[in-house]
Amino acid sequence: MEFPEELKYTEDHEWILIEDDIVTVGITDFAQDALGDVVFVELPEVGSTVEAGKSFGVVESVKAVSDVYAPVSGEVIEINEDLPDTPELINTSAYEDGWMVKIRLTDTAELDDLLDAEAYQAFVDEQG
Amino acid sequence: MQKTPLNQLHRDLGARMVPFGGWDMPVQYSGVIDEHLAVRSAAGLFDVSHMGEVEVRGPGALAYIQELTINDASKLVDGQVQYSAFCYPDGGVVDDVTLYRFAADRYMFCVNASNADKDFAWMQKVLVEGDFSNVEVINRSDAYGQIALQGPKAQEILARLTNCNLDAIAYYHFAEGLVAGIPTIISRTGYTGEDGFELYCADDAVARLWQELLAAGTPDGLLPIGLGARDTLRLEKKYALYGHELSEAITPLEAGIGWITKLDKPSFIGRAVLLDQKNRGVPRRLVGIRMVDSGVPRADYPVYVDGNQVGLVTSGTMSPVLKVGIALALVASEHAAIGTRVEIGIRQKRVAAEIVKTPFV
Repeated sequence: MEFPEELKYTEDHEWILIEDDIVTVGITDFAQDALGDVVFVELPEVGSTVEAGKSFGVVESVKAVSDVYAPVSGEVIEINEDLPDTPELINTSAYEDGWMVKIRLTDTAELDDLLDAEAYQAFVDEQG
Repeated sequence: MQKTPLNQLHRDLGARMVPFGGWDMPVQYSGVIDEHLAVRSAAGLFDVSHMGEVEVRGPGALAYIQELTINDASKLVDGQVQYSAFCYPDGGVVDDVTLYRFAADRYMFCVNASNADKDFAWMQKVLVEGDFSNVEVINRSDAYGQIALQGPKAQEILARLTNCNLDAIAYYHFAEGLVAGIPTIISRTGYTGEDGFELYCADDAVARLWQELLAAGTPDGLLPIGLGARDTLRLEKKYALYGHELSEAITPLEAGIGWITKLDKPSFIGRAVLLDQKNRGVPRRLVGIRMVDSGVPRADYPVYVDGNQVGLVTSGTMSPVLKVGIALALVASEHAAIGTRVEIGIRQKRVAAEIVKTPFV
């Protein structure tokens, strides 16, 4: 199970890469492993706004449907156009090719609520 | 939570375990899609020890079974298996079952795990309240372990462990023989749509049977298969699953198992209601639906025609073979024709789909 140091995390198992006021979001290695084979991904439209803690998309495995929650509020400026046709990228490359959306955040203070790699790993370990 | 004798072996194989019908069962090992494709192309091994087995013995066994079940058990010969079901007097389904005839006075039912206690209680009620003599109904669920070996390579793998002439066992027939030295009922049946066997042996021997089969088949690509792929495999073949396509609120005529509902049999529980339903016209039918646009249909999603809801999805998934969403659905009979364009309500959207011929693959 990987927990890259340069990323931030949520307790809903999203990862966040912060570059100035743009954040890239995906689901973590732990989340993809728990879901199993991802077969469908639903993403928001570019230009739509998302709200921290609210669902912005859906990831479906063969067996289950899971919401994906926005870690920060802002505007969706880019989505991963490869995911609709190759949703398995979330399994094979959760932290890179499996990224889901890029958001221009509106409130940098929301970043303070995110977990670092060590805290997220501790959270996952607690989940057993 | 009940455990099969293979529980620790599943954990050792890295299975993810889930509760299912009161049992702690493996949902996947290497991954649902990988396992599914292994069964279609090579072979898979399933722990189905949670299934229930009930014996019916005595000279009056056939008369009792004829009243209890909707299929015609009088057609069975020794060594033959029949797909059947128990109905309530109102035509709703108690369970779907397989029936094994060992001898004129000895039969065995294999019943769904989650229904095993309900079924046994129902069988006793029918026995006590009916006019039957010289019949004994014995719950043997704890005595048997069961493994399914399914896939195009199943026979080749099994042949390495038995002297039994497998070619002589036709589809829906069985024989008793030794597999890896273990007394086993070898039944050419299954729930995947592939060739294969369901193997019954003593509960305390099933772990050894599993290990011997897995070792014998690994060079051929045999994989252990969890409940996840068991479900997608049966769905691609339109096999009903109790609790989805069958229930006490769904009749066998609606659920697409009219072919086992023998209304010409003079008497069985549920017959009057089913005959009436057939004469009036079955109000809804089980159909296969294939997505036209992208999306995964799931149980309880609504089905629309021309904007009006005409039914509900009973089971759905992404087909690992077709790589497209497929579903079984109960829809109003007037909208059940093959080729009907429908929409599936998926979250806030209505997604285009079509009623298609089944099985899907």
